[in-house]
Amino acid sequence: MKVSYFPGCTLKNKAVMLDEYARRSAEALGVTLEEIENWQCCGGVFTTSKDEVATKLSSVRALKDAALKGQPLVTVCSACHNVIKQTNYAMLTDPEFASKVNRYMAEEPYNGETQVLHYLELLRDTVGFDAVKEKVVNSLKGKKIAAYYGCLLLRPAGVMQMDDPENPRIMEDLIRALGAEPVVFANRNECCGGYVTVESPALAARKSADVADNAKAAGADMIITACPLCRYNLIKNGSELPVVYFTELLAEALGVKEDTNE
Amino acid sequence: MQRIGVFVCWCGSNIAATVDVKAVAEALKSEPGVVYSADYQYMCSQAGQDLIKEAVKEHNLTGIVVCSCSPRMHEATFRKTAAAAGLNPYMVEIANIREQCSWVHKDIPSGTEKAIILGKAAVAKVNLNTPLTPGESPVTKRALVIGGGIAGIQTALDIADAGFPVDIVEKNPTIGGKMAQLDKTFPTLDCAACILTPKMVDVAQNDKIRIFSYSEVSEIKGFVGNFDVTIRKKARYVKEDVCTGCGLCVEKCPQKKIPNEFNLGMDNRSAIYIPFAQAVPKVATIDAEACTMLKKGKCGLCSKVCTAGAIDYKQQDELISEKYGAIVVATGFNPISMEKFDEYAYSQSKDVITSLEFERLTNAAGPTAGKLLRPSDLKHPHTIVFVQCVGSRCASCAEKGKEYCSKICCMYTAKHAMLTRDKYPDTDVYVFYIDVRTPGKNFDEFYRRAVEEYGVHYIKGMVGKVTPEGDKLKVRASDLLNNKQLNIDADLVVLAAAIEPDKSARPLATMLTASMDTNDFFTEAHPKLRPVESPTAGVFLSGACQGPKDIPETVSQAGAAASKVIGLLAKDKLTGNPCVASSDELMCNGCSSCERVCPYGAISYIDKEFRMPDRTVAIRRVASVNPAVCQGCGACTVACPSGAMDLRGFASGQIMAEVDAICK
Repeated sequence: MKVSYFPGCTLKNKAVMLDEYARRSAEALGVTLEEIENWQCCGGVFTTSKDEVATKLSSVRALKDAALKGQPLVTVCSACHNVIKQTNYAMLTDPEFASKVNRYMAEEPYNGETQVLHYLELLRDTVGFDAVKEKVVNSLKGKKIAAYYGCLLLRPAGVMQMDDPENPRIMEDLIRALGAEPVVFANRNECCGGYVTVESPALAARKSADVADNAKAAGADMIITACPLCRYNLIKNGSELPVVYFTELLAEALGVKEDTNE
Repeated sequence: MQRIGVFVCWCGSNIAATVDVKAVAEALKSEPGVVYSADYQYMCSQAGQDLIKEAVKEHNLTGIVVCSCSPRMHEATFRKTAAAAGLNPYMVEIANIREQCSWVHKDIPSGTEKAIILGKAAVAKVNLNTPLTPGESPVTKRALVIGGGIAGIQTALDIADAGFPVDIVEKNPTIGGKMAQLDKTFPTLDCAACILTPKMVDVAQNDKIRIFSYSEVSEIKGFVGNFDVTIRKKARYVKEDVCTGCGLCVEKCPQKKIPNEFNLGMDNRSAIYIPFAQAVPKVATIDAEACTMLKKGKCGLCSKVCTAGAIDYKQQDELISEKYGAIVVATGFNPISMEKFDEYAYSQSKDVITSLEFERLTNAAGPTAGKLLRPSDLKHPHTIVFVQCVGSRCASCAEKGKEYCSKICCMYTAKHAMLTRDKYPDTDVYVFYIDVRTPGKNFDEFYRRAVEEYGVHYIKGMVGKVTPEGDKLKVRASDLLNNKQLNIDADLVVLAAAIEPDKSARPLATMLTASMDTNDFFTEAHPKLRPVESPTAGVFLSGACQGPKDIPETVSQAGAAASKVIGLLAKDKLTGNPCVASSDELMCNGCSSCERVCPYGAISYIDKEFRMPDRTVAIRRVASVNPAVCQGCGACTVACPSGAMDLRGFASGQIMAEVDAICK
């Protein structure tokens, strides 16, 4: 099957591997990610101010592109996913916002028709974790893996509608499907420090350490994440455990992780 | 032709401020059949009613239209007035010009216009009204109480005390409910078991009360005064009348690793068990899912050691049918699941517990024999954090919590905090709250004592995150009054989980055709004036099935429900509602459409002889309505394809006449 794919800026430089492994794994699972033409930055942050239309236009254009093809729009970066899904929700539920946005759109108006999926949802709901399990070539048996969700992937829960924000299981279920053992730790949905790392590195360092230390104390030997900023903060602030993208783990298990030059 | 009198009420200024009542009376005077029309300040007052009575006599009226408030309010009043004047009470119609008119309109012209239209519709209907006579039905003098907690126990005792037989159906092996699991009770701190168990014994010894424990209601038919109920007595594999409750089987049972429900899974029980020492009835029950004999056909140890010969592995579920005049719902509550509140790490740490688990931890019959030891390592906790409102007052998280206040948590948390400080003064106790709500006799004094005499740290604010680390629970919280973030290293975290109605309540409400609110609490007939009655006649509400309640409130409501039941059972006959369905047998083709839609099972089919035009006799299958069971909902009149079914007092012709009058 084919789906529209929005990689996002970071996946083209800092987080090349998040993108690369996502594509290879998808091919291995029989899903083609069709990168949207001429996509632009998602906006980076979803601003909640009602009159802030300009920063959301690029997201809407990507959504519109998928709608014209009649495909769901898949993202993999937590931040892009958060912005695009929230923008889509606003287009669907807030007619005033939608009408403002549509005045900037050249073609037919867009009103939130596209289904926005995170890559993890694609695995769970479209491919199915059972099907993933069957395609596993290198079982990750014996590995204890902590799934780090961060703050953007699941919240606001009413909009993201992916999983329970306080007691999620989507990544744990994926880890199980790949043959490894998930390690649930309390701070798996706490903030890594995010963009605060620019203004107050010490505070971000503390937040990241809270996460990494807690995962280690819970007995994990690796942390996985879907978010480039989470990975950046955790590594920068000295996580003792390796922090990798969940797509890398997936590619490894599916046997499509080849050496590439990052 | 009817002779109709129209009476327009001012209701003080309630109606008269927005409706020109004189204009309404004047306009309705020229409607067909109307021979008299008047207005008055308070038609429901004695003087107003006298006005109606005199007009009936003076003008020889055959029908009455009262333009006033909702019929829910005063229809019964004016029907009595009509009856006193010698009219059939069902010749009265109410035009609601208050709730549906004056209260919702702002200007006099539109209010008056609508009031006239509503009055015309009522006149059109009365023109077609016929006198109706209600039937009578006998009352079965026996009550059913569903649920054997403190609510059900108190209701049953009070009904039995008045001399009527009562049956209690309890789904668990023993009565006692949640109260049996509590340690102390606020605000007087008497031990729950000490005040509950004598009542349980009273129930067991009362010859008017039968207990169906380990049983569930499986079917309810009939109506007020005449309910037919089927009770499923689940197989407990122990003969109840033979078992002496000696407990030898429990001791010898080799299967001892079953989580003990009574201690909320904090310790284990055997496959054959007696829930607790004071259980009523004190007989053993075999957990069929855990018993090796029942699962694999091997073992049989309990049967070998039972000197009374009470074990019966072949026992089957038993269905018991009984008739009742009244049913009391006392299905109680449960704390909500903490699964979706994992910010408090309930699923991650054994030392994060709910308040009900805390009760068991401090109870002498609990898993730690009453010593406050934390579950993970059985060490005494030196810092305890209580979190209130977990899932309560949670409008923003309705998908996992409850919007309402669970009402009992402030008091039991104050109790837990106070008792902890009293027994273990070396323990630091924090309570995080949104508001402290303690209205109740001696309640606020109790809470103040916890703060002032026992030095409990009450902090306004919520806990945001609990992180288990090593043997500590790192609690991150906000102190709203000091505008500070707090980090507390706790040994034990206690969550005051919101309470919700028992899961058995929803299917029970369906069987009873009793209404519930969106939270699955049973709805009362009137929130202020009829708080213990369900809108379904003959069904009464006791305890937390109607809303969150503490023990004193539950016991008062239980007594109130009992007094309503006694009032009903004291009657020999009940007057029915004559506004019921009836079928025109000549038009009925016996298609069964009406029978299928009837929610009350009031319609059956009979074979009836008809004389045909050629003088032969034909037998046809036609619908027959049991007027005592029919509630007059009208579903059958809509379903009937041949128009044979009609509702007395609300006939299709009458409704159409009203519509015509409105559209004229």
